[in-house]
Amino acid sequence: MDWLLQQSINGLGLGSIYALIALGYTMVYGVLRFINFAHSDILMLGAFAAFYLEPQVSRLLGGPESVLGAILIAALAAGLCALLGILIEFLAYRPLRQRPRLAVLITAIGVSLFIEFTAQHDKVFSAKTQFFPRLLPEHTFQWGQVFFSSTDLLVPAVTALMLGAMWFIVQKTRTGTAMRAVSFNQQAASLMGVNVNRIISFTFGLGSALAAIAGILYAMKAPGIEPLMGVQPGLRAFIAAVLGGIGNLPGAVVGGLVLGILETFLGGIPWLSSYRDGIAFAILILILLFKPAGLLGKATVEKV
Amino acid sequence: MLEISDLSVAYGAIKALHGVSLRVPPGSIVTLIGANGAGTSTTLRAISGLAKSSSGRIRYDGQDITALPPHRIVSRGLCHVPEGRMVFANLSVQENLQMGAYLQRDRAWIAAQTDYVFSLFPRLQERCQQLAGTLSGGEQQMLAIGRALLGRPKFLMLDEPSLGIAPLLVKTIFEKIVEINRSQGLTILLVEQNANLALEVSSYGYVLETGKVILEGPSAELKANPQVQAAYLGI
Repeated sequence: MDWLLQQSINGLGLGSIYALIALGYTMVYGVLRFINFAHSDILMLGAFAAFYLEPQVSRLLGGPESVLGAILIAALAAGLCALLGILIEFLAYRPLRQRPRLAVLITAIGVSLFIEFTAQHDKVFSAKTQFFPRLLPEHTFQWGQVFFSSTDLLVPAVTALMLGAMWFIVQKTRTGTAMRAVSFNQQAASLMGVNVNRIISFTFGLGSALAAIAGILYAMKAPGIEPLMGVQPGLRAFIAAVLGGIGNLPGAVVGGLVLGILETFLGGIPWLSSYRDGIAFAILILILLFKPAGLLGKATVEKV
Repeated sequence: MLEISDLSVAYGAIKALHGVSLRVPPGSIVTLIGANGAGTSTTLRAISGLAKSSSGRIRYDGQDITALPPHRIVSRGLCHVPEGRMVFANLSVQENLQMGAYLQRDRAWIAAQTDYVFSLFPRLQERCQQLAGTLSGGEQQMLAIGRALLGRPKFLMLDEPSLGIAPLLVKTIFEKIVEINRSQGLTILLVEQNANLALEVSSYGYVLETGKVILEGPSAELKANPQVQAAYLGI
């Protein structure tokens, strides 16, 4: 029982982070129909942005580990990454808008490798693992044999908050309605007066901001950061997005949580734990084989 | 109101329009008739900015709009109901209408115009919360027209409003088109395969063939023209 509860808490935390990253994949897929492989590197850049911002903000506020400081750091890092996401779309993907999707996909892989290997240069972040500072005072709680930290609570809480905000933006605002319209038919959206490029930029900005927040939360849970830290969670989140139904926002969340919980539970079984990656990819293959539209996705039928 | 001179459009190596010129005076209904591939849809797409012209000029309200992107053209009150309707199937009827009013800020006007659209097409009001993808073809056409009316058009382009729609609904939709033209003082450029119907409601017509205007004149004259009768009216 304790084991079950402990694994659930861990799985929920991990799954929340996957969900946040998966939202970015799925939103960009929604408007442009391609997988932005550089998304996982934005996550890494978000963590590094926080890493470099932390001493500055602490100095400004006269001490480390304050709530205000953490919010400020997260907001600044998210803002920086949002700008970066917009810039990447503008420089790398927009010129290829009229080209076959494969060209954009390959470019995305190129952008991803470019960021990862530039970041490993000694004059940039260097390839070594660095210790991520504590952003908030941390408490550990014990309940029977179950241990959990304040970070374990924070991660799902922040995720829930972000999900609520995303839901509101996409479902209730004018820009969100335009995002859904662009996702369905760009030409028709432009005939309504929607500046399609601006909506695409906005989507990239939003997705990248979420990735930055996910990167910070990930670093808070496992405080060693290095330029390739985004690759593993990025791949898992990609699987999560496909699992839930790519292009489907609630699907990304469900996929993320399912994958995170499954991974922790299976990883907690001693003889299975070394097969965690294998299991994640087996899920991807099974989904693609038997339910390619994902758990919540619908097979698209067009009325002519 | 709208004046096109010597407009050419090419899709890659294929030329779709070869120097088309036409005029649409304010308050009128003008029709473009032509068979599939004659260039009628392309003409509308070029006007609304969806297709880039390779040469020629499009003037609207005395201003050159040839090189403007679609969203800038809509903001001038030039709305396009595209071929195949292109309603947002993943949005509700209401959200589709909201998208139509994307550039409108005046809430009172939007509410009044939405009521007007509902009075034209009561079916839309009944299905307000339904996803547009679940509507029938005729209802989708009503929605596409209603959505365009919420863009505060001064000039409305309709591409094949009768395509794939039950004959009874076609009649209703064309009655509404005439009504919109009269009551809202809207200038209309209509592309229609059903030449009989198109020449009935319009005052002037152009006949396109392989990307060129081969014939033009007042609709009554075109209707009486033996060449038009043989090719388009099935007489």
